[in-house]
Amino acid sequence: MSQGFRLDNVGMVNREKKISFKFNGKKYFGFEGDTIASALIANGVHLVGRSFKYHRPRGFFGVGVDEPYAILQLDRNNERDPNIRATEQEIFEGLEVKSVNCWPSVNFDIGAINNFLKMFFPAGFYYKTFMWPPSFWYKIYEPFIRMAAGFGEASIKHDKERYEHKYEYCDLLITGSGPSGLASAYAAAKNGARVILAEDKPRFGGSLLTSDVNIGNQTGVEWTEKIIAELKSMPNVTVKNRSQVFGYYDHNMLVMSERISDHLPKTQKYLPKQRLWYIRANEVLISSGSIERPLVFGNNDTPGVMLSSAAKEYMKVYGVLVGKKPLIFTNNDSGYETAIEFKKNGVNPIILDTRSDPSSDIIAEAKNLNIEIRFSYVVVAAKGYKKVKSADIAKISDDKKELFNIENIECDCICVSGFWTPSIHLASQSGNKSKFNEKIDAFVPDKSKQKENTIGSANGIFTLEETIKDAFDKGFDVSNKITEKNNKVSVPTVVEKKSTDHDKFWCVPLPKGKSYKRFLDFQNDVAVSDIELALREGFRSIEHVKRYTTLGMATDQGKTSNLNGLQLVSDIENKVVPQVGHTTFRPPYTPVSIGAIVGREVGKHSKPTRKSPMHSWHEKNNAVFVDAGVWLRPRYYKQGNEGLFEASKREAKNVRQNVGVCDVTTLGKIDVKGPDAAEFLNRVYTNAWLKLPVGKARYGVMLREDGIVMDDGTTTRISENHYHMTTTTAQAANVLSHLEYYLQLVWPELNVNVVSTTEQWAGAAIAGPNSRKLLMKLFPNLDVSNEGLPFMGYKEADLFGVPAKIYRISFSGELAYEINVESDNGYFMWEKIMEVGKEFQIQPYGTEALSTLRIEMGHVAGSELDGRTIPYDASLEGLVSKKKDFIGKRSLNRSAFTSTDREKLVGVVPIDKTTSIPEGSYIVKDPKAKLPNPKLGHVSASCWSVEYDNPFSLAIIKDGKNMIGQKLFAMSPLKNKTIPVEIVSSHYVDPEGKRVRS
Amino acid sequence: MLYINCPHCGLRSQNEFAYGGDATVKRPELNKEISDQEWDNFVYLRKSPRGKHLELWHHISGCRQWIKVERDTSTHEIFKTYKANEAIE
Ligand SMILES: [Zn+2]
Repeated sequence: MSQGFRLDNVGMVNREKKISFKFNGKKYFGFEGDTIASALIANGVHLVGRSFKYHRPRGFFGVGVDEPYAILQLDRNNERDPNIRATEQEIFEGLEVKSVNCWPSVNFDIGAINNFLKMFFPAGFYYKTFMWPPSFWYKIYEPFIRMAAGFGEASIKHDKERYEHKYEYCDLLITGSGPSGLASAYAAAKNGARVILAEDKPRFGGSLLTSDVNIGNQTGVEWTEKIIAELKSMPNVTVKNRSQVFGYYDHNMLVMSERISDHLPKTQKYLPKQRLWYIRANEVLISSGSIERPLVFGNNDTPGVMLSSAAKEYMKVYGVLVGKKPLIFTNNDSGYETAIEFKKNGVNPIILDTRSDPSSDIIAEAKNLNIEIRFSYVVVAAKGYKKVKSADIAKISDDKKELFNIENIECDCICVSGFWTPSIHLASQSGNKSKFNEKIDAFVPDKSKQKENTIGSANGIFTLEETIKDAFDKGFDVSNKITEKNNKVSVPTVVEKKSTDHDKFWCVPLPKGKSYKRFLDFQNDVAVSDIELALREGFRSIEHVKRYTTLGMATDQGKTSNLNGLQLVSDIENKVVPQVGHTTFRPPYTPVSIGAIVGREVGKHSKPTRKSPMHSWHEKNNAVFVDAGVWLRPRYYKQGNEGLFEASKREAKNVRQNVGVCDVTTLGKIDVKGPDAAEFLNRVYTNAWLKLPVGKARYGVMLREDGIVMDDGTTTRISENHYHMTTTTAQAANVLSHLEYYLQLVWPELNVNVVSTTEQWAGAAIAGPNSRKLLMKLFPNLDVSNEGLPFMGYKEADLFGVPAKIYRISFSGELAYEINVESDNGYFMWEKIMEVGKEFQIQPYGTEALSTLRIEMGHVAGSELDGRTIPYDASLEGLVSKKKDFIGKRSLNRSAFTSTDREKLVGVVPIDKTTSIPEGSYIVKDPKAKLPNPKLGHVSASCWSVEYDNPFSLAIIKDGKNMIGQKLFAMSPLKNKTIPVEIVSSHYVDPEGKRVRS
Repeated sequence: MLYINCPHCGLRSQNEFAYGGDATVKRPELNKEISDQEWDNFVYLRKSPRGKHLELWHHISGCRQWIKVERDTSTHEIFKTYKANEAIE
């Protein structure tokens, strides 16, 4: 198809390179440098979507981030990307896009029936319509809303693209490369500051690309090219295009998304698709410019109605005509610039100016070019459904309340200009409370909260001369605070056409008997009548009006809708705009892809993986791993067709009968050193520590100050002033912070140091009746008899040439030892244990067998010490010293903790001795009791007892010890099970603890 | 993201730190007889002021020192940072 609306030899696209792309399945051609929007307009295509609520036809309204309509779904390299603005996405060979919000097609959309049923879709229609009956939600309301809502479909596939994060620091970040951004960047860079200049669009220059001005005897475009070239050559400057600074956070942290590969058919090998920059800037200059404000009139959402500045940019940057019979509707001089541009390209526009008799250089130029101008004229309503075909226009009275001489004139586009709205989003996000500027009817930034300044039209400065001068000054001033180099460059002379004041008129009254929809928010289908209704219904705060009507929501974020909405509320309420105020601007300013936010922290990279030195042995021996925090631990070692249940039963049984070995490297280890170490441990643990001899270990429990058990483990006195503390795998980091807290803040007088040694030691627990025999063979020169190395004893010895530490401690309840060697020797130690242990029928065992062993012994672990239990609940009262004070002791006296019916640890066995009790089951007296069934407690851990070959569980139930012998029920509504059970002692195996001491 | 001046390490980003709550709370001395009310005040009761707040931060991914930070809870402005046992001005 020919590009019938493309101008010859105008614009900045690369005519040498023709590019084909598909829109809704149909093939079109554009040029390199086109956006989807400019290429479609060149082909005369204006219908690109359907509106959110009424499914009215949607065209193009803007030319950049301000675009409220043209949001498309993109297919690139077999990936699906929703929420793509046609005005931002550059075309590439093979690009495929399609419309959203329409079914079955953009030309024939069934949802458009909403447009004819619009009396059912007033403000707050979601709140009003989808209320009752509740059963309708699932079947009718939700599917309907899902069909109708959203700006495209997200892919459910894994995104194969790479996204990166980058942290950067600079003296000065400048957000936008229009005249003010360029001038300030140049001044600051020449003064030695480290500068980052960020531009959202592919081309630098902002308004200089389209305005007819002269800076230092060069055109705006030439001057831009010169400044950019010089900035790029300076080592202290980073210049980035396709980069949007979208968020301003605390302490001058700004976040920018750089679209590196989005404009290419495929991401290049060593580049990411997008990069997210976290920039900590010493100073920020906000030069984000301004967005043209719409005028409000009937059917002002019809495709072909667009901002006049957008029409100008399509001509000057892309060489594309948005129409051949343009109507320019303006309340200020900006519309004239667009009209003049049309005229220069051989098209005759008609200007309707709401002002009665304005005069300026630009108006004079338009008159000299014989452009038809009608003063005190307005567009009453656009006509045409899928594209503007004509317009009803009228003369308007001086008080702007009455319309005369309504006539219909033919046109194919209506370019509107309702003056300019500064983009204060970033300044507002930084904490800057804005102020209202009467002269421009808009908010501008007020006093800085953080180290930021706003320059150029974002600050309400609309003449180039003033902008350039102010930006050069600001660039010098903020850089000089940092560099103190006093290197000031001279400000170039500026030549521009003078313009005159705008008219504050913004909304055309309805002619008698007409009820045209006049839209304020084009993206969210919010019309004048919706705001009027919301106010009639009693909404007053602008924040409430916003949420009730959806004004300024979604990607619009008030870009085009904000001020007209505020103006209307003010008019109805007989207030002025600053009294109404504006809604809060929140990041992101423009949509950011989730991939960019996540960066490379996906899948396995979302957290670090910790592996023990013996990991590769486990892998080679069919270990099935389980995540234990960030550690990977063997859960069981698979033999043949075994599953978890069979394997763990075999492994646990082998520990009870022969000997097993378990990798316990993951246990937290902390070195506690210093002359006051014993005193410190005595305060940290609930039991007594002052008299522990050198070469002995002790089990200890530590509490939080609120009396709840924090962690447990054994600590060994290695030498006079040196203790080796162990913690659970899960709590290792918290315990270290806890100890540091008390040493640094509470008891700084104690001479003690703590340091984590978890990674320094590899640990293997050998457990079972054969473990001593194995130990004898591993350490032939060591006395490992019950007298030589008693329960809770500690020895250092040599393991085939490797120094080792042996702790006689047990978690399994069997005769057991834990051997530690330096991490580098861990693999060696493990292989030796397996090799020597062969004759004693050694088998490795994983965490599942480990749990079985500890559960049937009644040893508590994380599932019992779950942040709710005090020592008494877990049958640990024997460890609580009556004599000394310790962390959390005072809390144990509180009445809730001394009451007799607290939930306590017991054992649970199913009466039938075969049905396993699901963990988390409730223990109740009567399974048929009225709901909610009074709960006695819950099952914390379950296993298959290898000692008795039947299921066994631990539970924490009310008045636990007195319940032993009772027959109750375990109920698991989740698993739909009710199991008759008997309460027994938690020490199911070896209650006297003979084995560990044997 | 806050930018916290660790008295030991210098300016570091917030993601290196863990928050530790009110720094003015003083733990009752060991072995001292105190009422339930006093103990409850220490364990549970915290003010949540809008404005200046002296609080603990733990430089967990840095020097592992607990530090005190005087911060405005509504603006996040940080006025001063102190070492664990430095006198507060
Ligand atoms: Zn530090």
